[in-house]
Amino acid sequence: MISDFPPAAILILGALLVPFFKGKAKNWYVILLPAAAFYLISQLQVGSSWQVHFFGFDLTFLRVDKLSKVFGYIFTLNAVAAFVYAFYLKDNTQHVAAAIYIGSALGVVFAGDLVSLYFFWEVMAVASTFLILSRKTKKAQAAGMRYIMVHIFGGLCLLAGMVIYITETGSIAFNAMADRNLGTYLILIGLLVNAAAPPLHAWLPDAYPEATATGGVILSAYTTKTAVYTLVRGFPGWEILIVVGCIMTIYGIIYALLENDMRRILAYSIINQVGFMVCGVGIGTAMSLNGTVAHAFCHIIYKSLLWMSAGSVLYMVGKSKCTDLGGLYKTMPWTLIFGGIGALSISSFPATSGFTSKSLILDGAIHEHLMWVWLVLEVASAGVFLHAGIKFPYFVFFAKDKGLRPGETNKGMLIAMGFMAFMCIFLGLYPQPLYNVLPHVVPYQAYTFTHVIAQLQLLMLSALVFFLFLKLLKRTETISIDTDWFYRKGGGLFYYVMDKALNGINGVSERIFVGGLAGYLGRVSRDGPTRAALLGMVPAWAIGGAKGERLAIKKDNVRTALRTGTSPIGITAAIATIFLVVVFLLL
Amino acid sequence: MKQKKEFDWFDRPESKRKLWIWLYAFCGLLVAIDLFTHRHAYFGFGHYFAFYALLGFVSCAVLILFSKLVGLFLKAKEDYYDK
Repeated sequence: MISDFPPAAILILGALLVPFFKGKAKNWYVILLPAAAFYLISQLQVGSSWQVHFFGFDLTFLRVDKLSKVFGYIFTLNAVAAFVYAFYLKDNTQHVAAAIYIGSALGVVFAGDLVSLYFFWEVMAVASTFLILSRKTKKAQAAGMRYIMVHIFGGLCLLAGMVIYITETGSIAFNAMADRNLGTYLILIGLLVNAAAPPLHAWLPDAYPEATATGGVILSAYTTKTAVYTLVRGFPGWEILIVVGCIMTIYGIIYALLENDMRRILAYSIINQVGFMVCGVGIGTAMSLNGTVAHAFCHIIYKSLLWMSAGSVLYMVGKSKCTDLGGLYKTMPWTLIFGGIGALSISSFPATSGFTSKSLILDGAIHEHLMWVWLVLEVASAGVFLHAGIKFPYFVFFAKDKGLRPGETNKGMLIAMGFMAFMCIFLGLYPQPLYNVLPHVVPYQAYTFTHVIAQLQLLMLSALVFFLFLKLLKRTETISIDTDWFYRKGGGLFYYVMDKALNGINGVSERIFVGGLAGYLGRVSRDGPTRAALLGMVPAWAIGGAKGERLAIKKDNVRTALRTGTSPIGITAAIATIFLVVVFLLL
Repeated sequence: MKQKKEFDWFDRPESKRKLWIWLYAFCGLLVAIDLFTHRHAYFGFGHYFAFYALLGFVSCAVLILFSKLVGLFLKAKEDYYDK
């Protein structure tokens, strides 16, 4: 029956057939998969189905409500655009990995219980790794390895938390978590790893920019946004998330300003944007949760668009560092225009989708009288324009002409970008269709005259600062040290410290005990009796009148006698007595 | 064959001057509008004249200077991790 078939299955099972298609049929086929899933989601009835009894648990593979549906819509819509973008691509690995990755993201969103959620969560991590490895460079291999290790760590936190939670509550249902204990906090940490919350975020700017051109586009949408979904579902109103979200918004900006690689700038701007969403979850009111979901929806579109434009530059030029790029407006005008629309949208420029979605979160903060939160989010909004809105397009398409004349990118990429750019403006001018599918019913009007003017003031003055401070923003051929340092360099450093410290102690111990002390003890036990005997006997001989040569001969005799064990009974008795006296004194 | 002339408007010095003028003019206009409108004050200060303009200017300046500062410690050579 079509009305209750898990959409995840279409993509995951469908992925297995990808290698059987040849030529362009393969590309059409992968576009068709998410399109079919999109249609299916639109037909799904609210409720739970596909309940399977598994090892004593009742798993629910299909829980349909407004929240899961809206994420389902945007996940499949974005997938269609991403596969159109990848129309030039013949690589089976990437197509299969992408379809399984997107399918399992849908699996997470429609999972009604923690166990099936965890299953899809891990499939996502594994499938997405292949989108990074497919770049087939040494750097990508290493980054992919670190990526999967961090996600295994996050998965283990999630699993540990779930085990505690399920043991305590006796239920595997995944709903809003009320208790705040070790179990729920571990689950939260596991989810925040995927949401790329500092200090657990470094995998994102480390790995995404090493992915293939289309891999980056696909990766940018799903991992962090499934995490946002799970936070909305499980942790609404957890105040700690307000703090985490605020930190994320500013953290992303600072690093994006430092970065030289265009895709790394966009990677840090994901952290900044997800920060807004996490903050909305923390505020936890109907309006702010709506804002989070709406912002996730719009964000996926404009962020994909930005990654697409960066991807097509990378595809045409083969370079991604700002210091190598510039002046591309002459030969890639459409990529610039579409990317520019994405840049305006992420900056919440009026008439774009960012304006109609982010305002909900800010208004959510205002309604709860959270002045500092609101102020941080406004500052971060200004900063977004700075790093993603202007910096990215300026250094890639304008700045200094580096003599690159690549020509415009291929048609598939342009069509995908055009569609996403259209969506940005459509949802910016007419957000009602999006508001209608949000989980809560909250009437909202983004467009008031004063709001538009306020937003334009904020953004245009930010632009002015950018160009006034342009000299300070000059790109340098550097990378920025982030928390991945701890497992990239820290591991080596740990080894070095342990090596030096432990082996140092070993060396010192050897010198002291083996070289020094043992020899000393050996000498003492060998010469001790002689010395002790002489110590007692020399004064006695001296009193007896022995001097000079006679005394030396006497001493030699005693030494030889003791060494060979042939001492006269008198001397042996004397030494034994001295030994007993010494022992007695010591004890 | 005559080669098509490349579009290079943004590289010309006089265009850059024009863009600067437009940018200043637009910013000035937006601030000027504040003279004639009244914004609702959310936290007792949102309604001040040119509040958002000032917020945008100051916060971006601070963000840039701050990132410049932390950049002194956080920027490293590209082969840093390869060594």
